[in-house]
Amino acid sequence: MSAIDPAIIASTVDDAIQYVTVTVGEQLFGIPIARVRDVFVVGALTPVPLAPPEVQGLVNLRGRVVTAVCMRRRLGLPALEPTSGSVMAVGLEQGDESFGLIVDGVGEVMRVPVDTREPTPPHLGSRWASLASHIHRLEDRLLIVLDVDAVLAFDNDGGAG
Amino acid sequence: MDELLREFLTETSEYLDTVDVELVRFERNPNDTAILRNIFRLVHTIKGTCGFLGLPRLEALAHAAETLMGRFRDGEQPVTSRDVTLILATIDRIKHIITELERTSVEPPGQDDDLILRLERSSGGAGRREIDPAILAAFDEPEAPPPVQEAAPPRGGTVTDAVDPAPARQQTIRVAVNTLEHLMTMVSELVLTRNQLLDIARRHEDNRFSVPLQRLSHVTAELQESVMKTRMQPIGTAWQKLPRLVRDLSDELGKPIDLVMRGADTELDRQVLDIIKDPLTHMVRNAADHGLESPAERRALGKPERGTIRLGAYHEGGTITIEIADDGRGLDIPAIRAKAIARGLAPAAEIERMSDAQVAKFIFHPGFSTAETVTAVSGRGVGMDVVKTNIELIGGVIDIHSEPGRGTVFTVKIPLTLAIIAALIVSVGDQRFAIPQMAVLELVRVRPGSEQRIETVNGAPVLRLRERLLPVMSLARILERPGAAGDDGFIVVLQVGRQRFGLLVDGVFHTEEIVVKPMSRKLRHLQVFSGNTILGDGAVVLIIDPNGISRALGAHGVDAAAFDDAMAEMEDEREEEIESTSLLVFRAGGPGQKAVQLSLVTRLEEIDASRIEWIGDRPFVQYRGRLMPLVPASEKLAIRKEGTQPILIFSDADRAMGLIVDDIVDIVDERLVIDPVPQRPDLVGSTVVRGQATELINVAHFLPLAHEDWLCRAAVPSAPIRTVLLVDDSDFFRGMLAPVLRAAGYRLVLAASVDEALDVLGSQRVIDVVVSDIEMPGKTGFDLIESLRADQRTQHLPVIALSSYISPAIVERARRYSGVEFVAKFDRGGLLAALAATLDGYGEAA
Repeated sequence: MSAIDPAIIASTVDDAIQYVTVTVGEQLFGIPIARVRDVFVVGALTPVPLAPPEVQGLVNLRGRVVTAVCMRRRLGLPALEPTSGSVMAVGLEQGDESFGLIVDGVGEVMRVPVDTREPTPPHLGSRWASLASHIHRLEDRLLIVLDVDAVLAFDNDGGAG
Repeated sequence: MDELLREFLTETSEYLDTVDVELVRFERNPNDTAILRNIFRLVHTIKGTCGFLGLPRLEALAHAAETLMGRFRDGEQPVTSRDVTLILATIDRIKHIITELERTSVEPPGQDDDLILRLERSSGGAGRREIDPAILAAFDEPEAPPPVQEAAPPRGGTVTDAVDPAPARQQTIRVAVNTLEHLMTMVSELVLTRNQLLDIARRHEDNRFSVPLQRLSHVTAELQESVMKTRMQPIGTAWQKLPRLVRDLSDELGKPIDLVMRGADTELDRQVLDIIKDPLTHMVRNAADHGLESPAERRALGKPERGTIRLGAYHEGGTITIEIADDGRGLDIPAIRAKAIARGLAPAAEIERMSDAQVAKFIFHPGFSTAETVTAVSGRGVGMDVVKTNIELIGGVIDIHSEPGRGTVFTVKIPLTLAIIAALIVSVGDQRFAIPQMAVLELVRVRPGSEQRIETVNGAPVLRLRERLLPVMSLARILERPGAAGDDGFIVVLQVGRQRFGLLVDGVFHTEEIVVKPMSRKLRHLQVFSGNTILGDGAVVLIIDPNGISRALGAHGVDAAAFDDAMAEMEDEREEEIESTSLLVFRAGGPGQKAVQLSLVTRLEEIDASRIEWIGDRPFVQYRGRLMPLVPASEKLAIRKEGTQPILIFSDADRAMGLIVDDIVDIVDERLVIDPVPQRPDLVGSTVVRGQATELINVAHFLPLAHEDWLCRAAVPSAPIRTVLLVDDSDFFRGMLAPVLRAAGYRLVLAASVDEALDVLGSQRVIDVVVSDIEMPGKTGFDLIESLRADQRTQHLPVIALSSYISPAIVERARRYSGVEFVAKFDRGGLLAALAATLDGYGEAA
């Protein structure tokens, strides 16, 4: 861990980093709040034939076309059975493009002291480790902090692009 | 960077481009002081500002160049090509320094004494560093006021009107392109929102909203148009560097070349302009290098020594046509043919068989270059294939026309804008896709067992369309999606370059103007999509890229070239069919051969000349119990008084006519290549039969001479201009179809609604056929047909119904009416064919 993600710095207020927390499977993840544009319920989704599996489709979000990325597939988890409940996504931006990270659930905004940051432990597995910038050990569970750019870099690592 | 410096750099770059163009013009018109004054003003401004900003290198260079130009200006020395080259070289140096300035904000280190000394030597005053008072005086002349250096007003364009010494400047401001792009995006959103509102309003039919919505709609449309205009730039911006380029080429190649540019003010979208800039430059380069002969060759051929390259641009519908023409040697077809064979671009036998036009297209083949020696100018392997690819990338087409010894013309047709396009919305399974209308030729409904169905040739699906085989690919299969079983649906016939193929889809909806949004970077590698859009109902829809589909066709094992062969063969067969036309050859009123298609002749008779009866000055004969009028096949023909008189009998239902001829020569099967003969309505044209020139007579000309009412419903054949009433509520479609129909030789009456159409028909105008849209607000095309059929006068008037959406129900309904043809709205070829068939049906044997 050499350079600190600028998003982390931008999300830090009074020695505490603010994360938007999301759940995927059983795991709690944190996304630096500075990187989150909005949180939205995914409406009609247009699938893109021949697209990399991570791309779940395109969504019309108030006139913007947002590329929906499936966090489960990104993490190598099985896709969720379709349920009647609404699908939640975290709106992100990269360059001048909008993405929506589809997650199982979106939790609260959490403030975590800066000095509880720890490097990603090796037992996380290479795939997860490559998507995490660091972790925080909370009282009862682990908060894995996502490196947004790494999460969106799927076209470069799988050879799909 | 210093704001002042930034402003200086932007302006100077523009000035320098202008100076380039002006200098080349000046070289050709050295007496045009207006041009010179203009160049002066620009160089002086640069020099003045340089001094102000502390840029010594630039200042010294500009000053030396200015001094030399001052001498031209004052007539102290003649303008020579060498001097202009020197000044151009100086301007190149200035440009180089400016590029460095832009990068680093400081002048790069270096010496310019080489240029400055040569400039000074040319000015005749070696070592002179003082400003020549004569030049300063030139600037102080009242008709050429020096620009005030600290407050030079920003200029809107880079094109300077050099003829007018004090050009009237339009009030302009500089706006960052990003701002315009953002504005465009916002307007696009507005258009989408409006479409959504209109969609909702249509469904709810709530009249309270209709008026304000209509206004919103109009305002949005106008706003969209205005914003689109801000993105438009004259094509001249892309041509600006060409005069200089051609001049340099001219020097380098030792060929004097004139560059003629027409239509430089034709505007097109900035984005499109950027894409075609390089291909255009490349084609001009090619024209200079390969197209034009050397002065010696030209002299030997009796051509003027100076070669000419012409650039022209004009608008045509929603497209812009650009022509690049040279008056050089034309394409060397034998060389291209030989090279295509040597490179194995196609089987040799096939290449031998190809027409010159087909062979010429090989120059668009990757890596094809016929230049025997690689020159510095072109022939570097970056060839016409790149040009073609770039043009096709934006939905354009390129065509060549070449005549040996006369020159070559490249015609490029491209859309005005890429931001908003008309698209056909289709469905595969439950998903919709948009296909750019520009690539769509027509729509065909296919069903197993019906007349139009998908067949298989060597296991590959094909559609037999008007005697041509069309490779067909299911969009579902290309996209690896579940879709229709594969033989029931619609085939969208697409044309990409010279390749034509059918795309099978499950459903076809309507045509819609869509705002093209780029694909996400994550998806840009998918070659079958060119972007996405949001439809009126808010759904995101992917835009199919016909170019990508055509490539995907190859990947799916559909060998388009094999189909081209198959198609060519079928074409040949058709030609053979035409070749075997049976002709009746006869003589009438002279020794020359005449002929008529045997199929039109009912019988040949030899009658006893004494049986010919005369009523007034018109001959008749009793034939099968009726009096049949006789018409001589030539005015010079003398009707016999005795012996036998051969006649050709033409009949239709209960009418018959005898055409009097001198003698019948033969019946032959001949290939019918007809050359039109102007001013002769009695002839279809001339052809060659058994090696002899033969006049092919036009039966339609003689029929009314026998029975005046024979062709009463159609226009008089000797004035074969038919009048078409075109009914469509959309300005766009009327605008699109009108030129097509006029070009096909029809007279047009336009109507924007059914009521307007009925008004026209109620008036005294003669209408031969009605072409009407089916879907119109208020009264539809079907209402029009019913009104026509209910009226005795228009009961039998032929109608061609157009619809953008062909559902079986609509086809069924159209069939219920007699005399109604059904054509897809965007199928121009189909419409023309239907028109010709409908009208010819009356002209010949209805």
